Amino acid sequence: MSQLIQLAANGQASIVADTWTRVVPPAAGEESVRKQAGKVVLFKLTGEQTYTAEQIANTEIPATGKILVPLTIWQARKAELQSRLPTGELGIILATNETAEALQAEFADLNSLPLIAVFVERFADGRIFTLGNWLRTRFGFKNELRAIGDVLRDQLFFHKRAGFDSFLIRADRSAEDALASLNDFSQPYQGGVADVPVWRRISRA
Amino acid sequence: MYKYDPIDQQIVNERVAQYRDQTRRYLAGELTDEEYRPLRLQNGLYIQRHAPMLRIAVPYGLISSKQLRKLGDITKQYDRGYGHFSTRQNLQLNWPKLEDTPDILAELATVEMHAIQTSGNCIRNITTDQFAGIAPDEIIDPRAVAEIMRQWSTFHPEFALLPRKFKIAVSGTEKDRAIVQAHDIGLEFYKDDQGQMAIKVWVGGGLGRTPILGTVIREHLEWQHVLSYCEAVIRVYNIHGRRDNAYKARIKILVKALGIEEFKRQVEEEWAHFKDGPLTITQNELDRVAKYFEPMPYKDLPAHDASFDAAVASNPAFAAWVKRCVQPHRVPGYRAVTLSLKPHGKAPGDITSEQMHVVADLADAYSFGELRSSHEQNLILADVQLSDLFTVWQKAHAAGLATPNIGLLTDIICCPGGDFCSLANAKSIPIAEAIQMQFDNLDYLHEIGDLELNISGCMNACGHHHVGHIGILGVDKDGSEWYQVTVGGKQGNDASIGSVIGPSFSAEEMPGVVQRLIEVYVRERQDEERFIDTVRRLGVAPFKAHVYAEKETA
Repeated sequence: MSQLIQLAANGQASIVADTWTRVVPPAAGEESVRKQAGKVVLFKLTGEQTYTAEQIANTEIPATGKILVPLTIWQARKAELQSRLPTGELGIILATNETAEALQAEFADLNSLPLIAVFVERFADGRIFTLGNWLRTRFGFKNELRAIGDVLRDQLFFHKRAGFDSFLIRADRSAEDALASLNDFSQPYQGGVADVPVWRRISRA
Repeated sequence: MYKYDPIDQQIVNERVAQYRDQTRRYLAGELTDEEYRPLRLQNGLYIQRHAPMLRIAVPYGLISSKQLRKLGDITKQYDRGYGHFSTRQNLQLNWPKLEDTPDILAELATVEMHAIQTSGNCIRNITTDQFAGIAPDEIIDPRAVAEIMRQWSTFHPEFALLPRKFKIAVSGTEKDRAIVQAHDIGLEFYKDDQGQMAIKVWVGGGLGRTPILGTVIREHLEWQHVLSYCEAVIRVYNIHGRRDNAYKARIKILVKALGIEEFKRQVEEEWAHFKDGPLTITQNELDRVAKYFEPMPYKDLPAHDASFDAAVASNPAFAAWVKRCVQPHRVPGYRAVTLSLKPHGKAPGDITSEQMHVVADLADAYSFGELRSSHEQNLILADVQLSDLFTVWQKAHAAGLATPNIGLLTDIICCPGGDFCSLANAKSIPIAEAIQMQFDNLDYLHEIGDLELNISGCMNACGHHHVGHIGILGVDKDGSEWYQVTVGGKQGNDASIGSVIGPSFSAEEMPGVVQRLIEVYVRERQDEERFIDTVRRLGVAPFKAHVYAEKETA
């Protein structure tokens, strides 16, 4: 069963087969858990390196098919990936600690990418919503925008309103169950990426 | 006050259904503790020492008699017959059962109430001056914009999971009563030189572990842009605020780290992208909401009332209450009445189910059926006729709601503390009660005069201890409870953070410590000086000397 939920242009959500292969770097040599003020560091800070040089070098990239590649891998191994771009076989993964500007620096026309995925390591990392908003509004990205990682049904409604139109539900949870949450609220107050505030949407007089 | 239309009602109803299902999944083991945590928190539900604690939103402190009766019934049916008004104008239940919380929310929804975003790392209930709309020194009534902002912030898709909680206060008076400088965003409304409603925006204030007063990020903001500007501020924070350390995650830390100039530059740059977009509030929408906050249908009354004057002259107890608990009103012949939730020896801010019904009846009979809660944890009847004050006093007195101590030493701001809260390092309510009993002499209290004493059971500072003239902070030293004392804090336009006087004290010592601080004040005060004025004139030294000298010889 696929874990991928996709919104059609008419807003209809359905579970679809995932035609993309996600390129995942090998695990880091040793798990580094840093402590700060007695607390385990939970999130990478903005701009912090996502993968080590060793991980990047050892990442296996499938030779054919549509591949979804972390931005840092693309940056380091552009030469061998370049040819996949014109054929529509390259999608990029942006982590929540990376910036939309860094992506823009690589792809002057973001719409040359058929797919951008934003990876959220922990569902409580709300940067994913601002990144979604920025990619859609500021950077004018029109193709598929996918939430991946710790993506759970109770955040889905927010993801949708922040501009995402596909959602890869975490592997141990049911995508079927998650579908319902996309309709949790029928008339939200504020605007979203594709929506205006309720007082511009309907007459409340 | 604001009344729900079908859109508002549908949102709270859908929220109840959503939360009911989330709670069902949690109880069925389909959601982990970690996954359920932000969901329940954004519905005001904490897991606490004895039981969950449920925090019910009272938007900008405005509540109707019907709502208060419902709260009275809820506290009776689902709790132990009382509730606790918090320093953010909300009402907390200390003993609900987790399984009951969906039903409680369903009950609340029937009276246009909810517990949305009363906790969690999101935009919290917006607070304001308890005298909004009636204060003589008010320039702009900020409640219509506060309601528009409440709606905008409710389930905001982008700001649902911020680095940390986010508190906004609004105020439109000459004398600030909403501590706008101690909030993540403080909005100070005023009339600009064109006579238009404008806003001075403060950012990066907050108490807690690192108390910092806010900085002005924008002197003049047109009201139409308040949503877009706040959105720009919070967006910059959402992306750049620290998420690696909960103690350094508030916006104040980001503002300090970047410096206000750089932070402002980023905000303005962000804002420029969408400033004039759909978030621009239309006159139409402002008018739609503002009509709910129009002045009450006041009678044309003379400025004086003979029966009232006679009662004040002949009844010293009534006169004492009038002096402390009756506040001025902009309409002649009307006054605001503060019902003290600080009777001596009881937990500050607590109110029983029966008292809620009494207060609701008072509001219906004498104050247009509406009430306000204050961040000082009292309830206010905002629109009482002079000629009704005596009757209101008698009824409030009979219900234990007329302690004439508003603004006095025993009107203590106090968090639930270690008795209830699992974050607390120390108990706070027993300290408040002991101090109240130490000063259980109304003549002496009146003679000491205006004094704000605030107690927090931990450095999260829910009891606003940093801005108390006397502040008491519960600290943990090797597993036992101690209390650190500050003096010289103040809320208002000239807000300040108090200074620690020295090593901390045991619980038993606290009433005596406060007593000695008061002794220094009484000895040193000049003319009409209040406690805070004396502290500001003399500094901490004489207070410190007396407190610790006594301690050594004791």
